[in-house]
Amino acid sequence: MKVLVAVKRVVDYNVKVRVKADGTGVDIANVKMSMNPFDEIGVEEAIRLKEAGTCTEIVVVSLGALQCQETLRSALAMGADRAILVETDVELQPLAVAKLLKAVIDREQPTLAILGKQAIDDDANQTGQMLAALLDWPQATFASKLTISGERAEVIREIDGGLETLSIGLPAVITTDLRLNEPRYVTLPNIMKAKKKPLEVLKPDALGVDPTPRLTTLKVEEPPKRQAGVKVADVKELVAKLKGEAKII
Amino acid sequence: MAILVIAEHDGSALKSGTLNAITAATQIGADVTVLVAADSSAAVAAEAAKVSGVARVLAADAPHYGQPTAENVAALVLSVAGDYSHVLAPATNFGKNFMPRVAARLDVAQISEISAVVSPDTFVRPIYAGNALATVQSKDAIKVITVRATAFEPAAAGGSAPIEALAAVADSGHSAVTGRNLTKSERPELAAARVIVSGGRGMGNGENFKLLEALADKLGAAVGASRAAVDAGFVPNDYQVGQTGKVVAPELYVAVGISGAIQHLAGMKDSKVIVAINKDAEAPIFQVADYGLVADLFQAVPELTAELG
Repeated sequence: MKVLVAVKRVVDYNVKVRVKADGTGVDIANVKMSMNPFDEIGVEEAIRLKEAGTCTEIVVVSLGALQCQETLRSALAMGADRAILVETDVELQPLAVAKLLKAVIDREQPTLAILGKQAIDDDANQTGQMLAALLDWPQATFASKLTISGERAEVIREIDGGLETLSIGLPAVITTDLRLNEPRYVTLPNIMKAKKKPLEVLKPDALGVDPTPRLTTLKVEEPPKRQAGVKVADVKELVAKLKGEAKII
Repeated sequence: MAILVIAEHDGSALKSGTLNAITAATQIGADVTVLVAADSSAAVAAEAAKVSGVARVLAADAPHYGQPTAENVAALVLSVAGDYSHVLAPATNFGKNFMPRVAARLDVAQISEISAVVSPDTFVRPIYAGNALATVQSKDAIKVITVRATAFEPAAAGGSAPIEALAAVADSGHSAVTGRNLTKSERPELAAARVIVSGGRGMGNGENFKLLEALADKLGAAVGASRAAVDAGFVPNDYQVGQTGKVVAPELYVAVGISGAIQHLAGMKDSKVIVAINKDAEAPIFQVADYGLVADLFQAVPELTAELG
């Protein structure tokens, strides 16, 4: 079966972003960009399905500026077979991404679409669910274990307070949670090989999707800063402060 | 303006996040309806009807709402969504699971995890793990919104709303919940706890979390963990506090052996009082802690537990 994985180019998780002085957004000029960590887990899961003989082809898709090609090359270096970039300079919001991915899926006809549960820039946690709804496919979000057997998938999901096991029919959309797997590091020979793998560039027009944003960002601000408090010398002083000053215990 | 709030519950009582979402709803407008979908909704619907600010409760009963799938909850919400200007749910794994399906089917944007209501079409939401706050405006006819519970006070009791039955929507048959394995604990839930004791990589292993459990029991606290501790396999993922886990804001947060990565701070920096215990005096956690104790946690935690005795 064919597996499609969506990957997003985001500010690296180790970077502490700064809000622009004019309040229009965060400053991402000259900041290290990486593949969204949850998407990396998605690529890894697809590769494991291929190594297990369940998956025959992995197509990775990214959407956005031309630089997303770097993210796609990383996914190809991990082990994906083929890449598609839907290129646009329009700010893409989750609904538009879901519509564009649906159009790509209508062309590619994968059996499984794997997405990260959320991107660590806009923290929206929407795209996978929206995609499943638009396709009228079942979904299994926040997956921590995936087992494919025939026409169905069994997914163990992270829910509040524990785990849930879901049995879903295929085709389906899966979104990844942290414990699904630990992504591999890419090796230099694989980075070289990835340069020769096919990467197709499409435009939203060609897919018949209007990606115009629905939400307008009026301003972006720094959150209120928390002041560092005091250091206490020992446990006794800590307890005294919590009882006396903070009156919390 | 009619506002619909989707109740999260455990089959017998409302989950606390529902009360916070109702408060957010009342800040948007006065006509608030709560939708309860359950195997047998009577108890939960009666509880929802008594919440202050609720004008009406819709109750839908069907076996497939007992352990509901996103597909089935979304289909039920869509059967009535056209009557409302806003649809709200708590930004828990429950709400996050089905709400984007509702938004996509309505062809509207979802506004995720709002932390403030500016006006009926404008909301504040954290982005970049809470390192920035975005004020966003939606021009869509129906606003689909998930609510960050810690940013709103829970709605109080004191209402007496009428309860109306709502027809269930047929089971999609797409997917089925075949099992649930909930962590059994006598301690409060992370999301609702007044005090939280969390451990990080410094705990060394899962066995050592017993030290935190003993302290938590003295404080009536929930036990949490940083992503590092979850990644290391010390504790299950549902312990995780942070950008990729739960966002909490208890009265007291005790961070033990946690360095204070950005992603962890995003999940707990709105706590009222933060205590940090770490042997590294330079750990970033001390920059947000009200009370910092530079000490070996393996000595300090048992001592603290004894001191509270």
